[in-house]
Amino acid sequence: MSLQGQQSIGTKTPLIPIRKVLPWLIACGFLLLLPQVFPSGAGLTIMNQMAITIVFALAYNMLLGQAGMLSFGHAVYMGLGGFFCMHLLNQVEYNQLYLPLPLLPLFGGLFGLIFAFLIGSFSTRRAGTVFAMISLGVGELIAACSIIIVVFFGGEEGVSGDRTMGPQVFGFDFASQLEVYYLTAIWLVLAALGMYLFSRTPMGRIANAVRDNEERAEFLGYSQRNVRWISFCASGFFCGIAGALFAINFEILTEENLNLATSGSILLITFLGGVGFFVGPVIGAVVFTLLQTVLSLYTEIWQLYLGILFVLTVMFFPSGLTGLIAMHFRPWNLSKVGLLIRPYAKIAGPALVLLFSAIAIMEILFHARHSSIGSEEMNLFGMTINSHSPVPLIIAVGLLLISFFVVRKLAPGLLDAWQDANHQERET
Amino acid sequence: MENNQPTPAIELRNLHKSFGLAQIIQGVDLAIHKQERHAIIGPNGAGKSTLFNLITGKYVPTAGGVFLHGENVSGMKPYQINRMGLSRSFQITNIFAKMTVFENIRCGLLWSMGYKYSFWHLVNRQRNVTDRAEEILQQINLLERRDELAGVLTYAEQRALEIGIAIAGGADIVMLDEPTAGMSASETSYMVDLIRKVTEDKTLIIVEHDMGVVFDLADRISVLVYGEIIATDEPQNVRESAAVQEAYLGTAVEEAG
Ligand SMILES: Nc1ncnc2c1ncn2[C@@H]1O[C@H](COP(=O)(O)OP(=O)(O)OP(=O)(O)O)[C@@H](O)[C@H]1O
Ligand SMILES: [Mg+2]
Repeated sequence: MSLQGQQSIGTKTPLIPIRKVLPWLIACGFLLLLPQVFPSGAGLTIMNQMAITIVFALAYNMLLGQAGMLSFGHAVYMGLGGFFCMHLLNQVEYNQLYLPLPLLPLFGGLFGLIFAFLIGSFSTRRAGTVFAMISLGVGELIAACSIIIVVFFGGEEGVSGDRTMGPQVFGFDFASQLEVYYLTAIWLVLAALGMYLFSRTPMGRIANAVRDNEERAEFLGYSQRNVRWISFCASGFFCGIAGALFAINFEILTEENLNLATSGSILLITFLGGVGFFVGPVIGAVVFTLLQTVLSLYTEIWQLYLGILFVLTVMFFPSGLTGLIAMHFRPWNLSKVGLLIRPYAKIAGPALVLLFSAIAIMEILFHARHSSIGSEEMNLFGMTINSHSPVPLIIAVGLLLISFFVVRKLAPGLLDAWQDANHQERET
Repeated sequence: MENNQPTPAIELRNLHKSFGLAQIIQGVDLAIHKQERHAIIGPNGAGKSTLFNLITGKYVPTAGGVFLHGENVSGMKPYQINRMGLSRSFQITNIFAKMTVFENIRCGLLWSMGYKYSFWHLVNRQRNVTDRAEEILQQINLLERRDELAGVLTYAEQRALEIGIAIAGGADIVMLDEPTAGMSASETSYMVDLIRKVTEDKTLIIVEHDMGVVFDLADRISVLVYGEIIATDEPQNVRESAAVQEAYLGTAVEEAG
């Protein structure tokens, strides 16, 4: 998975350039080995969830990043794909429908595609705000339907099923988490590869063109509306695959899979990772899932941290976490990363103190306000402290101020080093 | 005089366009022959660009019609008209600033080379597209800038790219809106040669303020003043026409001097 969002290739490309294939091979090897490192049930569940979120986020970025379309209701296509797959699984269980489980995501994709085709037929007529508003409206509409149309969506309980009732494939019945992990991982690679290749087709390139300058694209023979519609259908297809993988993993779909909160978080994930890069959504999904699953074990206010992270990213790094990494390519190519090590090391300590003291303040305040009466003790970074006494709070605020001051003192030095590291001498 | 001619490449019949109360194009009749190089001149605000926008489908005429190879195209979308073999450049540079120079040209090629909405070809693998794009880059003198982002090119280079995108698709009617505006004398003369070369055997419609360019390139000239064509004739006759002198050339000469 190349970090470059777009690039053009020299005229003489070998049939399969190793430089392009290598990242994919590494990713595959990584996916193969992961269960050895995290063999626990919880670990597998987190990894599966991560894989599903990656597919969903990549599909979302086909719209947001590649085609410049901001959708506020994209959970619909993943959710509907998932609901249909859940019903298919029930058909397999009760009506002897012959459908091997590994093929289910294909059907999920088809359902996502069909709905994207139908809804896209009117929502993609216009770009920008009009498209965003229609997507929001449709998202709300389908989420409301999911509570009203009980036959299909199962009301509040949702629809559940059993993935193990289908025909066995090579002796696997997919009862174990590990088998599901590998099934999910294979579909992750297939879907990611599909989306990557799509971005390299004439259609993918023209989607970029319409994103950047829809007027000019029209004068080159392309209907901007059709380009958006096709992008939307492609995105819907891959969202449906994510929905099917969700159905396989969790064996239940509810209103939550369709609602606006889910639509909002996929936007957040994609943006956090970086919309301008193919791997952006991958990084966003990994970070988000880790925060959601691991951080939530340690703190109740993880969503607050996520929100702060999101706001900081939008404000300071609009090209996302991937953009932050990609910023370092230029110093790297100039062999000047070395210049950055010292200033980074210098600022790292104070920055960490700043971070942790800010966390401490929020945790103490939260505990003081929300703990049950009488329980004044809380655990903070391994220390037991009294959240109701002012001392810890005063210390935390003090540390925050001091470290903030030090970081501000060091920042200009870092900035200078950054300029140096990006500066190319004109001597040859 | 048009009666026993073959169908004109473009024919405007009693064309009108108003924006609200402002009547910008007020009854234009014009036939442009196949393989003719036709210049449209006129003072600022005369409606030249508006005329371009009407012919290329960006605007819908208020009244009257635009006929392309005899077919009424008024009300059609720009992409439909483009697919019938008409392409244009813009007065205000209108490129894909965030794409490379090469990709800009390639975008101009894809539809006409039959790739359409294909998502089953890898675009980098299509040697014919790459070769053709590089040929065009060579022609417009931008091959060295191939992998640069279009947005960082100099003004003159962007103007060349603008024309490169327009001619890439190989349309048989090419419309250029002030291709040499803002260029130095040497850039202008290069551009004129380029335009002559790439529009060989094609129909060219050009809006231009530089009279040197106009008289150099055009087979015929139309003079547009306040949304009306006051003369269409061969360069020699236009130059000598008193009405044109008064309406336009006099001021242009003054401006130039
Ligand atoms: N979309 C529009 N809405 C309202 N008025 C417009 C619009 N487009 C053009 N006009 C008006 O139409 C008139 C003619 O504009 P046009 O751009 O066609 O002139 P032009 O002959 O190309 O001039 P120039 O030589 O300066 O390029 C101008 O007065 C302009 O303000
Ligand atoms: Mg104009």
